Formats: sequence, structure tokens, C-alpha cells
Amino acid sequence: MFTRGLKRKCVGHEEDMEGALAGLKTVSSYSLQRQSLLDMSLVKLQLCHMLVEPNLCRSVLIANTVRQIQEEMTQDGTWRSVTPQEAGRAPLDRLVSTEILCRSAWEQEGARPAPGLGDGHVQGPVSDLCPVTSAQAPRHPQSGIWELDGPREDRGGFHKSLDQIFETLETKNPGCMEELFSDVDSPYYDLDTVLTGMVGGARPGPCEGLEGLAPATPGPSSSCKSDLGELDHVVEILVET
Amino acid sequence: MIPGIGTLTQDTLWCFSQVKGTIEIGTTEDVPCFPFAFCHDCKFPEACPDMQNSNVLPSGLLPSGQNKLGPWCSPTGSPAPLSCETGCGEGSWILVCRLLVPTQVSLLSMEEDIDTRKINNSFLRDHSYATEADIISTVEFNHTGELLATGDKGGRVVIFQREQESKNQIHRRGEYNVYSTFQSHEPEFDYLKSLEIEEKINKIRWLPQQNAAYFLLSTNDKTVKLWKVSERDKRPEGYNLKDEEGRLRDPATITTLRVPVLRPMDLMVEATPRRVFANAHTYHINSISVNSDYETYMSADDLRINLWNFEITNQSFNIVDIKPANMEELTEVITAAEFHPHHCNTFVYSSSKGTIRLCDMRASALCDRHTKFFEEPEDPSNRSFFSEIISSISDVKFSHSGRYIMTRDYLTVKVWDLNMENRPIETYQVHDYLRSKLCSLYENDCIFDKFECVWNGSDSVIMTGSYNNFFRMFDRNTKRDVTLEASRENSKPRAILKPRKVCVGGKRRKDEISVDSLDFSKKILHTAWHPSENIIAVAATNNLYIFQDKVN
Repeated sequence: MFTRGLKRKCVGHEEDMEGALAGLKTVSSYSLQRQSLLDMSLVKLQLCHMLVEPNLCRSVLIANTVRQIQEEMTQDGTWRSVTPQEAGRAPLDRLVSTEILCRSAWEQEGARPAPGLGDGHVQGPVSDLCPVTSAQAPRHPQSGIWELDGPREDRGGFHKSLDQIFETLETKNPGCMEELFSDVDSPYYDLDTVLTGMVGGARPGPCEGLEGLAPATPGPSSSCKSDLGELDHVVEILVET
Repeated sequence: MIPGIGTLTQDTLWCFSQVKGTIEIGTTEDVPCFPFAFCHDCKFPEACPDMQNSNVLPSGLLPSGQNKLGPWCSPTGSPAPLSCETGCGEGSWILVCRLLVPTQVSLLSMEEDIDTRKINNSFLRDHSYATEADIISTVEFNHTGELLATGDKGGRVVIFQREQESKNQIHRRGEYNVYSTFQSHEPEFDYLKSLEIEEKINKIRWLPQQNAAYFLLSTNDKTVKLWKVSERDKRPEGYNLKDEEGRLRDPATITTLRVPVLRPMDLMVEATPRRVFANAHTYHINSISVNSDYETYMSADDLRINLWNFEITNQSFNIVDIKPANMEELTEVITAAEFHPHHCNTFVYSSSKGTIRLCDMRASALCDRHTKFFEEPEDPSNRSFFSEIISSISDVKFSHSGRYIMTRDYLTVKVWDLNMENRPIETYQVHDYLRSKLCSLYENDCIFDKFECVWNGSDSVIMTGSYNNFFRMFDRNTKRDVTLEASRENSKPRAILKPRKVCVGGKRRKDEISVDSLDFSKKILHTAWHPSENIIAVAATNNLYIFQDKVN
């Protein structure tokens, strides 16, 4: 199901694989750590307790950390939205968690501009990034997997989910987990894979928390899967028309 | 002798006084273990009635390193006679206790005589194992120090009372015995949001005593309650229409009239809820504070602070509101709030960004504009992605004098002078060795732990908790500090607490503990200091330790 949806957007980026492998060797550990921190924070934000209201203070602090990382990555010029097809690749050893979460660090660190992901995309919306994300949200009311213009929407989707997180924190309802996943684009589908399918596996230290988090949410993930199945069906229809 | 400081030539020596609470499973082998349970590897399946459900043992209750205990065996593996004691047989696992129950029970309250032991164990829940509901979530002495209240995660309040010092037991300075136990809050369900409201008691605050009864405020995430705790030692006897058991008498049998008289009875302490202040908070209440006018109090949640009058439960005034119009712009929450001890118009509240705002209620009805703003400029050399998180203030307390405020953030305790806003006057490092471990602590969520801090009666010593059941005291005058541990091993009566030390790399001396050996699940978040004497109460998960200074 995931593979099908991903393949539709996968428009021959296999040539990136070699470049990516080369770029991997030049990645600095600081960026890796920063990336791991970002991923860990996103996971923490999304995994709320279902029955008890999440701690607002904790959520705010984590969200501020995420924003901080974002801003720094933007200033570095390393903030690049990721196309979903990255997720389908076999995870490289050290970066398995970041890979699964579809934020390939090597790509962001890479010196070479990737065509189609390129700086052009980065320059434009960058200025929109820094101020508060609410401006983004109305632009993507239904941002979702049927937005085939991958990169820009990914970033918007990311912001949307941060906003969504606060909205759902405020108006918590049982469907919030589904909401968080339902109209967010594919990087978070892969988060879902993480939650349901991931079993053990070696990964760098800072991200070990993912392991502990994985078994914690069988419920919401399984219902997400059914929603995703529906959405996938919708995409099929849209693309075919 | 100045409380807390000791004499000029001698430090205060702290010694163990009492501990309350159930013993966790996994204590050392030479101590009869009470209780212990056994798990799935049943040696006598035909005899075990719960074989089917034996794997439902709550995690964390098995002794560490052991997951196979045969039935009818003690933790040491030697067979012990089967005897089912209190509370066992319920649920899906069986408690097996050794027959030496009476002496084991004495571990719970050292050196107390039979009567007080009975009273003191009556407050334990109707099971003999430690559960999450027993985790103490707040500790507070009353204004005279005669009473000590604890609230736990299960919504229960337990009040201890100091016994009168007797002439023939001078060496035992008034121990604390259970005075009253009551269920303050029950779990609730918010149907609109489909969420549970936890019954955990977040804070207890005593009102100053104005008559024979005691009053306290207790709060969970959403509702504040005013409880009246009163003694009854007389009861009326001799009703005309009712007999002694309360049954109605047949009026035809009444031939004479009598006046009911009050007769002495066994002392009974009863707690009644006098007021319930509900439905005023959308977010989780983190603080309550009684005003010095004794007529009003405030309750603070993540985004708002409300002012209440004790007599009025259906209305409160909102005095602080930091909720942004757009929740997506939310970057800061309120973490703690307190009224000034003498000025009934002044209060402070702390934020998750490490700032403190002092507000004057005379300035305007809504105190969104602060009168004073306390913030320390950031140290650029220490900056990291965790800087903001560790600067978040978890507790703020006025000194008894009202001149200073003390704040606790993740790694330090700071004392601020109300007259100086740009930086604290004193900063004390609680556990700076954790600075290099912040990423791991972020991963396991320990970085979000909210430690509290307290002043001693004379504002000369401050105390706060740490990990591994350590707690720290800082003497503001001598600038000396000490690390002590609340543990069962040090719990011999009047045993002097030995200072502990955490070694930070390099050679570890004997008796030191290395940073990597610290147990982060054993955290001391809540402590309290007697208002005038050197008696402290320390909550270590589900146990309450009481320490006193050594009486010469």
C-alpha cells in the first residue's frame, strides 16, 4: 500500500543514490546529531497519550526545540524538504532512523544540488519559514498525498502538522492521532511504519528512544493504516483522472 | 542555635527519623521481604490457582534481575511456608508472605509501639505492594509544623500529626503519626474531549488555623477542593426518638423525655469537603497559593491564573491570561505561581522560558502587564538546543521574609532579590554533571522532570531534590552544600545521614557514585521543611522520609 503510493511519485530519482552515498561520507556528526534530535522531537510530539491529555508545557518545549533546529538548518541552508521517494530506499546503516523518517541528512548536507529538489525551492519559501507557521496553514488546507508537487508541500506539510499538533492539543479528541496522520503527506506515513513495523535494529544512540516508543501505539497506527488505505484509493482515482 | 545552620563551628547533622510507605519489592535478602510475588514460571502449576493469568504481573514490581520466582519460595529461593496474608488472592497474582509479618511491618515505622504501629499502617492501601497510585505527588507542612500532608497519584491525601513530646521519651522528638486519610479526588472523564482527568493531587496548601479545625486546599489537574479536617471526641447520647443504634423508636413506647447529653468517645478525625472549585481551568492546574488575606487564593494552569474567594465556588476572576489568540503561536506557558507572603496584592509567576513576572493586582484587573520582570541573560558559551528546556522554571517560592524568590530550573537553584530584576543574586548548581547528558535525558524525558525547592524557616538554607534519591541543601551564609540520600539502607533510627558525592569522571573514590550509575527512576521531586525546626520531609516515589537534625 505504501509502496504503491510512493512509486507514483517516484519519478526516476535513482541517480541520486550514488550521489547520496558519496555525500554520506562528508556528513558532519553535528548535523547527524541535530537531525536525530529533530526526528526524536517530532516523534515525541506526535506520540501523545490517548487517554490522558498531553502535557502542554512539555509539548511547547519540544516544539520550540524543533523550531530552533529548523531555524538553524534554514540559516545553514541545509533545510531542504525531502521527497517521499527517499523513504522507499533500503536504510543505510547508521542513518536508519533518519532514513525512515524521510529526512535524509546526507542529502541536506550534500554540496551538490539535487535537480528537482534544488536550491530554487529552498530560496523561495525560506523567507516564509521563519515567521509563525500559521500563514502556511491556510495555504494547505487539504495538503496531503494528492499534492504531487512534493518538496514545497512537504515543508508546508511539516508546518501544518506542527500547527495541527497544537490545535489537537487544544481540542483533543479521540481521532487526533488519525488527524495527525490523515492529511499529512508521506513522510509521516513512514513514521507510521516506524511505529507499527519497526522491530529493534541497530541505530545510533540518540535515537534509541524510537525503539522504546514503537510498541506504545498499536491502536492509533492500525486505525491510521485503514485511513491511509482509503486515501491511497483516493489518490489512485485522482491520479488516474 | 540557628535552624539549619547549626552553630558557627559545626554543621548541622541530619539523621533519619521515620519512613512511611510500602517497601518496594527487591530489598536486600537479609531483610524479610514483604511482600514478594511470583511469576509465570510456576513450579507447582497444579497448586497455583492463577497459573493462567500469572503473566499479568505489573511490570516493575519484580525484583530487578529476577524474573523467575517459584511459588511458595522466598526471594532467596528457600522454601517458605505457604500463607496468604492481607489483600492477597485478588487480581491475577498471589502474594506470599512469610509468617513473620508483625516484625516486617515494624520496618515501616521504626521503633514505634504497638498502638502507633497499628494506626500508622492503617493508612496503607488495601494491598501490600507498591503501585503507581502510591506515588507521592506533593508534601506540605502546615503553618505550625504540627501537621504534615501528602498527596499521591491515586488522589488520596494522608495527614500526619506530630505527637506531643513526652517527658519520659525526651530523645524522641515528636514523631509524626497518621492523623487522617481521605480520598480527595476521584478519576473523572471529560466527555467533551474524551479524556481522562487524572486524580493525582498536584498541590496541597494549608490555610492558617483559625479555630479548632484544620483547613487545606488540594487540587488535581482541573478541580480545587477545600477540605476541613476536624476532631470529634464527644457524641450525643440519649435521643428521644432514636435508640442508641439510630433506629427510630416507636413513639408509643416513649413515656418520658430526656435531654441528650454529650459523652466522650474515641477520638475520630473526619475530613469533609467544604468547597469544590471546579470548571475554571481549561488547562492543567500546576499551582495554588493562599493569599495573606486568608480570604482569597489563586490557582494557576498552563496559560491562566484565576483568583478565588473561599466562599464563592461558582465564580473566579481571571487575573493572568497568556493564551495567544492563535494557539499555533504558543511558545511559553506558566509553570508556577505564588502569592507574596505579606502583601496580598502581589504575586509572581514563572514561565517555561526561565522568566519570572511579579504582578500587582492593584494596577489592573487583568495582570497581563507585569510590574517586574526577572530574567537572567543567557550565557552564550553554554548554549545548546536544550538551553531553553533546562531554563524552564519548575518551581518558584517566596522566602518567608518576602524579600527574595527562589526558582528551580533543571540544573540550578537561583535566589533573586525582588529589587534586582536583571540577574539572580545567588545561583547554586544542583547536578551540573548532567549537563553533558542532556541528550539522553531528553530522550528518556527526564529533562522534563519538575523539581521543587524549599526554604528553611529562617531563609538561610534551601533544599531541592535530584536523582538517585539524592537531595541537596545549600547554606546561603556559609556557601556550603551537602548531598544526602533517602534510602532504606540508611534508615536506621537516628542514624546520621552520610553526605554523598557524585564523581564526575576521573578516579572514583570509595563511597562516591559515578554519574553513569545514577538511577534516574528514583527522583526526589517533592520536599518540605518544617516552618521553624530542622525537620524535613522528603518524598521518594512512594515513600515519605522524615529527617531531623541530631539533637545533642
